[in-house]
Amino acid sequence: MGSDPFIAGPGQARTKGSDPKVALAWAREHLFSSWGNTAVTLMIVYLLWKLMLPFLDWALVKAVWWSPDGKACRVEDSGACWALIADKHRFMLFGTYPFDAQWRPALASLIFVALYVVSAIRACWRPWLALVWLGGLAAIGVLMWGGVFGMVYVENERWGGLALTLLLATFGIAIAFPLSILLALARRSTMPVIRWLAIGYIELIRGVPLISLLFMASVMLPLFLPEGVTIDKLLRAQIAMILFAAAYLAEVVRGGLQAIPRGQYEAAQALGLSYWKMMGFIILPQALRISIPPLVNTFIGFFKDTSLVLIIGLFDLLTTVKVSLTEPKWTGFGVEAYIFASAVYFIFCFAMSRYSQALEASLGAAQSRGTNGAGKGVA
Amino acid sequence: MIELSRVNKWYGDFHVLKDVDIKVGKGEKVVVCGPSGSGKSTMIRLINRLETHQSGRIVVDGIELSDDLKSVDAIRREVGMVFQSFNLFPHLTVMENLTLAPIWVRKMPKRAAEEHAQHFLERVKIPEQADKYPGQLSGGQQQRVAIARALCMRPKVMLFDEPTSALDPEMIKEVLDVMIELAHEGMTMVCVTHEMGFAKTVADRVVFMDQGEIVEAAAPHEFFEAPKTDRAKLFLSQILGH
Ligand SMILES: Nc1ncnc2c1ncn2[C@@H]1O[C@H](COP(=O)(O)OP(=O)(O)OP(=O)(O)O)[C@@H](O)[C@H]1O
Ligand SMILES: [Mg+2]
Repeated sequence: MGSDPFIAGPGQARTKGSDPKVALAWAREHLFSSWGNTAVTLMIVYLLWKLMLPFLDWALVKAVWWSPDGKACRVEDSGACWALIADKHRFMLFGTYPFDAQWRPALASLIFVALYVVSAIRACWRPWLALVWLGGLAAIGVLMWGGVFGMVYVENERWGGLALTLLLATFGIAIAFPLSILLALARRSTMPVIRWLAIGYIELIRGVPLISLLFMASVMLPLFLPEGVTIDKLLRAQIAMILFAAAYLAEVVRGGLQAIPRGQYEAAQALGLSYWKMMGFIILPQALRISIPPLVNTFIGFFKDTSLVLIIGLFDLLTTVKVSLTEPKWTGFGVEAYIFASAVYFIFCFAMSRYSQALEASLGAAQSRGTNGAGKGVA
Repeated sequence: MIELSRVNKWYGDFHVLKDVDIKVGKGEKVVVCGPSGSGKSTMIRLINRLETHQSGRIVVDGIELSDDLKSVDAIRREVGMVFQSFNLFPHLTVMENLTLAPIWVRKMPKRAAEEHAQHFLERVKIPEQADKYPGQLSGGQQQRVAIARALCMRPKVMLFDEPTSALDPEMIKEVLDVMIELAHEGMTMVCVTHEMGFAKTVADRVVFMDQGEIVEAAAPHEFFEAPKTDRAKLFLSQILGH
């Protein structure tokens, strides 16, 4: 190979990725390999160019970045009104939380993100991670409610924005996921009563929209409670979301369970493992691993579904964005506001998606050559 | 050690096992053979209750098998099983495959379980593969790990269900060698296999099954040289014929 003048001369190290020669070779092979391919590539580049140019013009060149009263945005031929975000981002991110205390939900959101990051690192998958979470959640609770350490008390009716979205999503997933595993196991149980209960629950919940569940939780649940007992609105919404997510996740987990060959169960049983040990050590680790893509898909959907709490009057991120637009000076700038909200959602969802791909790859790397059977090996 | 008396089993209307009687004493090696679909796997899987029977009695190591979960657990601890398709746990390393049950079922300390497992890996002649995943081993190596995994539980009886049928010819011998060694050490073994060489070397008895019945049970030289029934003659001519 060293003698091939097109590849690399002697002593000339071949680097990956950034090498323009390699990039050029890649482009030639993948984008311009034939006349048809070249035509398609050029056409797409042209279309992108035609679409991107006006967008960039609007979003960057002619954009209004600063205008506390919004007047500059109303000028003829002005572009995107980012002044809206500059003016209202505190309300969008923190809702009606007392303005001077908004560093508290900001810090709480950062703690959430820190918890996600720590949990994403496999080296941290140790028992102490549970303690980190407990500590983190306690700190978040203290920050959000206050009432101690000289922080004013803020009732959770006033929580809102991103902090509320993260709260609903985190607790929702953290509780719904274990619940869904139990539901999936119950649905495959050999005991008919347990199986029927699981099937009934899953099918019932999957058959109704989340909105109606939220509505029932907020309007109907109080009717059934005894006099004097009230459950907080936020908690009711959270419970409804957990019940909803659990049913969906249960079906994903069940799909994974179904893919595990019977021989795995038999081998575990033949070794004398009890049902729970067999599930915990042998079946679930494999079933959950193959379920990572659909699980994360459901997580992402759920994260976005938290925005539905607006119908029962909770101020999540999307609601605060919408409410910002009702202010007279900012009416009509919905596009900018929703681009902002979308960008925030996108950051979290994209991170989840990328992480799941990385996790899948790293879990799969070691045992890459599949499962059992008449594997013919390379010793 | 193992005693099946008048055992019957049906799958729906299909009568898989018909009045099966068999007795295996301590240290005895029994080879089970017969045409495909004759119920060999079903019979051997009854012994550690991977299948349930509908009538008759099965007693293993003095414990009668019933729906009582305690007796099932007790028997599974004493009976090791090796499957045709290995059934190693692909997400665990070889060492973890071997130590999982000793640690969680036998309650052995981790260190002791690992030393113990290393000892058995040496006996099946793959001591250097402990940290690999099953998917990185050859079929013959995987099956030897499966044998070691069963042995790590210190079973009193080993069941083998066609342990070499999924293997390439050149790997069959390495697995059979391990099994022969195990037999010479005095393990009680029930082995479904068509490896007649193995049967001649180690079996005390060959049991021939056809259509859910035990047709013949005899010492290997008797069975191979002078089969009494036509069905056995036909079967032998088929497997030795090619
Ligand atoms: N779960 C099941 N449901 C219905 N029929 C079954 C089931 N398992 C096995 N059978 C049937 O029972 C019969 C005996 O099966 P078994 O697996 O014991 O045969 P075998 O002697 O081990 O055959 P082979 O040599 O092919 O492994 C076969 O006819 C098979 O089709
Ligand atoms: Mg069989």
